Amino acid sequence: MRTETFSYLPQLTTEQIKKQVAYILKNGWIPGIEFSRELDPYNSFWSYWKLPFFNAERVDEVMQELDACREANPDAYIRLTGYDNIKQGQVLSFVAYRP
Amino acid sequence: MGKVNHANNVKNSGSFAAGVRDYSEEGRHYYSPGYTPGEEEVLAAFRITPQPGVSREEAAAAVAAESSSGTWTTVWSDLLTDQARYAGRTYRIEPVPGNEDQFIAYIAYPLDLFEEGSMANLMSSIVGNVFGFKAVRALRLEDLRIPGVLLKTFQGPPHGIQVERDRLNKYGRPLLGATMKPKLGLSAKNYGRVVYEALRGGLDLTKDDENITSQPFMRWYDRFSFVMEGVKKAEAETGERKGHYLNVTAGDMEEMYRRAELAKKLESPIIMVDYLTVGFTAFTSLSKWCRENGMLLHIHRAMHAVMDRQPNHGIHWRVLAKWCRVVGGDHVHNGTVVGKLEGDRASTIGINDLLREDSIKADKSRGIYFDQDWHAMPGMFPVASGGIHVWHIPELLHIFGDDVILQFGGGTLGHPWGSAAGATANRVALEASVLARNEGRDLLAEGSEILKEAARFSPELKKALETWQDIRFDFDTVDKLEPVQ
Repeated sequence: MRTETFSYLPQLTTEQIKKQVAYILKNGWIPGIEFSRELDPYNSFWSYWKLPFFNAERVDEVMQELDACREANPDAYIRLTGYDNIKQGQVLSFVAYRP
Repeated sequence: MGKVNHANNVKNSGSFAAGVRDYSEEGRHYYSPGYTPGEEEVLAAFRITPQPGVSREEAAAAVAAESSSGTWTTVWSDLLTDQARYAGRTYRIEPVPGNEDQFIAYIAYPLDLFEEGSMANLMSSIVGNVFGFKAVRALRLEDLRIPGVLLKTFQGPPHGIQVERDRLNKYGRPLLGATMKPKLGLSAKNYGRVVYEALRGGLDLTKDDENITSQPFMRWYDRFSFVMEGVKKAEAETGERKGHYLNVTAGDMEEMYRRAELAKKLESPIIMVDYLTVGFTAFTSLSKWCRENGMLLHIHRAMHAVMDRQPNHGIHWRVLAKWCRVVGGDHVHNGTVVGKLEGDRASTIGINDLLREDSIKADKSRGIYFDQDWHAMPGMFPVASGGIHVWHIPELLHIFGDDVILQFGGGTLGHPWGSAAGATANRVALEASVLARNEGRDLLAEGSEILKEAARFSPELKKALETWQDIRFDFDTVDKLEPVQ
């Protein structure tokens, strides 16, 4: 099963994920983490891992949260999102980890 | 000058004097150099080629008059109204660099001239009889500023870019589409198969060609049914949301609604219409239906080149594109810059901005004559389609950014291994390019390298890169922007 953006590429490495986090932060977007145990293309609302990280400034902070989410939910798909509060929506979203 | 068609020149001294007067005569308002237009006025930039012997002032005043309150002769009933309130005014004349025969006239139209929410009315005035007017040899509407007070009387796109992304769950990249081929002659079941193959391979959206409606070889009900079976099956197999632009363009409005209702019943997320051939009123009605029914609306633009391709006469595409946003589509075809269809690069990019952004500044180097604020009206996806293939993807991403739909028709269905493989090749190439861009790589300098790297893990992409290696469309553009002075 595919999971939208980047799902036609090989699994991203940790280094590659870090670069996408950096891209989100560089654009002034708000990173967020969501997880789901099931892949249903018509489920818009995966569970939030905490709230979006409104004050995140460094890539490491977000990576730590990704790791924590993964540790707590080893059997879930975990996606990284970027919110643009001007456009009032997500502007980047991809599944970073698969179970 | 200016007297060519004028028998005499009668002063209006308060009592009615029959006869023909210069349009540019003082006191008639149609030629008002230095006039400062108000925020609530409609502003037009016309490229005028006057007849020999007609002065620029008179030609410009004539265009202002004939597209607003004036007619060729004075009439007694002019005196029953306040003409200053209803006159279009030429407030500036600009030379065209390198072309003595033409000039640009800027005309301001009072808000009161227009009915709320009626594109038909706006067009009947501004691009109406005046285009056949004898005093001008040729006339072209280059740009039109629609003031917020008038804009707000129109619906605009039924949903817009961000809502479409949310409905389709697609973020951070252009959407990928393809028009189904052959354009005509497939049976409904075969057609549904072509849709299914392209979607299961990795496309987000597929499209009816514009001349597919309900011909004897494939009636609409059958097409819609088989297509939606293909869409649902591809969704179930891939786990991604998919759609096919079901063309509801038909001979009458009732039939269009009938087809739109079936699309809704079959849970299609999107329908399409050819907005110029059905006409603006039909387009407006369908757009409102789409807002009411949660249906995305794809706009095809057949016939646009009849109006917009001649550089000296007609309506520039940027105006037709703005009207499309004003009335309301969610996608509309724009140029590709790199493909087989006409479109000056700077002009095409300027029009993308007019379709997508909230506020666009005048910039003559991009052919934009006026500031245009959209006052929270949602933006539309421009669709780049026509002769583009996998090698173009890095450059297309660089030019258009994420908010675009890239449609590869031949570039998907023409893959040696079939359309599923063609779709996968395009999707891999797109995602590899997006990933690389986000990592800070230069898409123009490193585009080929990025694609070749991705081809190492994607045999479909490798094959596509071999197939379209040397295909270019290097013809000169007919409708070019002129140098800015």
